[in-house]
Amino acid sequence: MGIAIYMLTFLLLLIGVYALVAKKNLVRIIMGIAILEYAVNLLLVLVGYRRDGTPPILPRGQTAAELAARAVDPLPQALVLTSIVIGLSVTALAVALAVRLYDKYGTFDMNDIRNLRG
Amino acid sequence: MTIDLFILLLIGFMLAAGLIAVETSDLLSAVIAVGAAGFALSVIDLLLGAPDLAFPQVLVEIITLVLLIRMIMTRRDTSRQTPRDTLRTAVVLLGGGVFLVAAFLAVVGLGAGATVPAFGEPLLAGGHPGVSAAYLWQFDKDTGVANCVMGILLDYRAYDTLGEATVIFVAIMGGYVVLRKVGRKRQAQEPSP
Repeated sequence: MGIAIYMLTFLLLLIGVYALVAKKNLVRIIMGIAILEYAVNLLLVLVGYRRDGTPPILPRGQTAAELAARAVDPLPQALVLTSIVIGLSVTALAVALAVRLYDKYGTFDMNDIRNLRG
Repeated sequence: MTIDLFILLLIGFMLAAGLIAVETSDLLSAVIAVGAAGFALSVIDLLLGAPDLAFPQVLVEIITLVLLIRMIMTRRDTSRQTPRDTLRTAVVLLGGGVFLVAAFLAVVGLGAGATVPAFGEPLLAGGHPGVSAAYLWQFDKDTGVANCVMGILLDYRAYDTLGEATVIFVAIMGGYVVLRKVGRKRQAQEPSP
């Protein structure tokens, strides 16, 4: 079961790579980047998961040592939180560039933009 | 074991949504499919014991959806239905197959053992617990917060968070510079000699 979960996550990553490489529409390329981010974030969180683990939040009246015996790994979560927010800014900048390209060339299609250049 | 099945189903849902997003002809339905994948990811985060990730994921997803829908609503999609680029698709399929085999060997373990920890048994629970265990043992004394993730993010690795804020700032500045109207309008009104 665990292997199936990992392999499906890798497959999701491949869908993102496919959209990035094989598609010519700028909107689809941006969506490919988004899917790629989902897959990588999901993989990192999966690696830190502990079976029947609790969130790494200290309940009242419990010591950190008791929590450390049951909690899921907090370090990948902290780093993925950074990655999620940076993913948003990457998407926003890509959307801005795509909008500017549309204003100049009137299309989202990379082939047309290449042909119109010069 | 039921939680494994739930996670598997949700990842399958994300896969279906991703395929629809990449292959459907209508851009609006594609964008909505990406949104569905993101919300499924936030539910998976909740199931994996990461509520600190689920809430930002929902927030980021809503903003991404608004941005993408705003981008495509007022602009006509003129991209032609070109025949499939067989060379690029073949390259992706070939490279993807090699990648999947390598990933499978890394997960299953070959010779020297698996490099990726088995699902449900992180390095934290193994013989060499590493830095996560040190954080978990000491975070309440070191930082004084109840949430370990926030303790790591804002205290142990505060410089990372500062860098994150810098990246967001640079992205906002970049978007502003790319989309600004003032310079373009002035250029149009006063043609340079």
